[in-house]
Amino acid sequence: MKSFRFACKLIVPVLFSYIFVGLAYGILLHQAGYGAIWAFLSSVFIYAGAMQIVMISLMVCGAPLISIAIMTFFVNARHVFYGIGYIDEFKKIGGFKYPFMALTMTDETYSVLCSATYPADVDKHKTMFYVQLLCYLLWICTSTLGALIGELLTCNMDGIGFTATAFFVTVVVNQWREVDSHLPAIVGLVSALVFFFAFGTDNFILPALSMSVIVLVILKDLIATREEDTLNV
Amino acid sequence: MSDTAYSAAAIGIAAIMTMLTRGLPYLMFGGKKKLPKIVTYLGEVLSPAIMIILVVYCLRDIKLTTFPYGLAELISVVLVVVMQLWKKNILLSILLGTACYMILIRTVF
Repeated sequence: MKSFRFACKLIVPVLFSYIFVGLAYGILLHQAGYGAIWAFLSSVFIYAGAMQIVMISLMVCGAPLISIAIMTFFVNARHVFYGIGYIDEFKKIGGFKYPFMALTMTDETYSVLCSATYPADVDKHKTMFYVQLLCYLLWICTSTLGALIGELLTCNMDGIGFTATAFFVTVVVNQWREVDSHLPAIVGLVSALVFFFAFGTDNFILPALSMSVIVLVILKDLIATREEDTLNV
Repeated sequence: MSDTAYSAAAIGIAAIMTMLTRGLPYLMFGGKKKLPKIVTYLGEVLSPAIMIILVVYCLRDIKLTTFPYGLAELISVVLVVVMQLWKKNILLSILLGTACYMILIRTVF
């Protein structure tokens, strides 16, 4: 129960993002002529906000399934990079929860788990599970609700999506203060900016992530020695 | 193909491809008893790089060359950074930053 309560506390910063993006997605889907059942099914099975929103226009114009497949892979390929840090951790959780944890990690839950520090009296693995379960259920509920009654709720909420940006910024600031080496963050920022200006808004995230991996591997000795130094002190 | 069948197939395919992206690292390395050192290392150092890339990703739609030059976003991000450094309260930083952004895009820009 303590772990559950702690998980609830951890997800507060991402609640707005789930609630409002979920509702907005449901409303858009409804406006495109799809009922609540489609919102429910998409959220249960796809569970990737940005992709689900892109899917609406793809489905409306009857895009070929193969393009949907390719597009989904590339829009969501950033998830590959999130999993890398949690293989051992989730394997320890084990059972049905292992695939569940792997398959329900999102931008938001990744950020929550990355920035969480667990007090001694909560179960770390249970907390991680509750974080992802709650976010998953919340997304399903709000997107379905959006499709059902979304139009009744419309008021001018332009800009509420900034909560997600703001949350990611707070994680960056916290990590900046805590880590021994600032190089990884700098590598990420430089890669993001370089590819943003080179490739534009829609195509920069994958090259930026890939470049960061390559540069971090090259800088391995530099970064790793520093961490060992601080461990030895 | 009927509309319903097409929509169901589209969602099914998107679901499978999304699962593939999420499952890939586990499929590649999950079976091994011990992770290769380089993967453990990347798992640790990638997170700060990913988080900052996510911030840029969130801000990708701002137009730097035409008015208002993304000023609403940049001012609000700076506010979040300052608040987080000063008060170290995530919720407070998010609420103030978002309020600042929502007010700026309605009034100034």
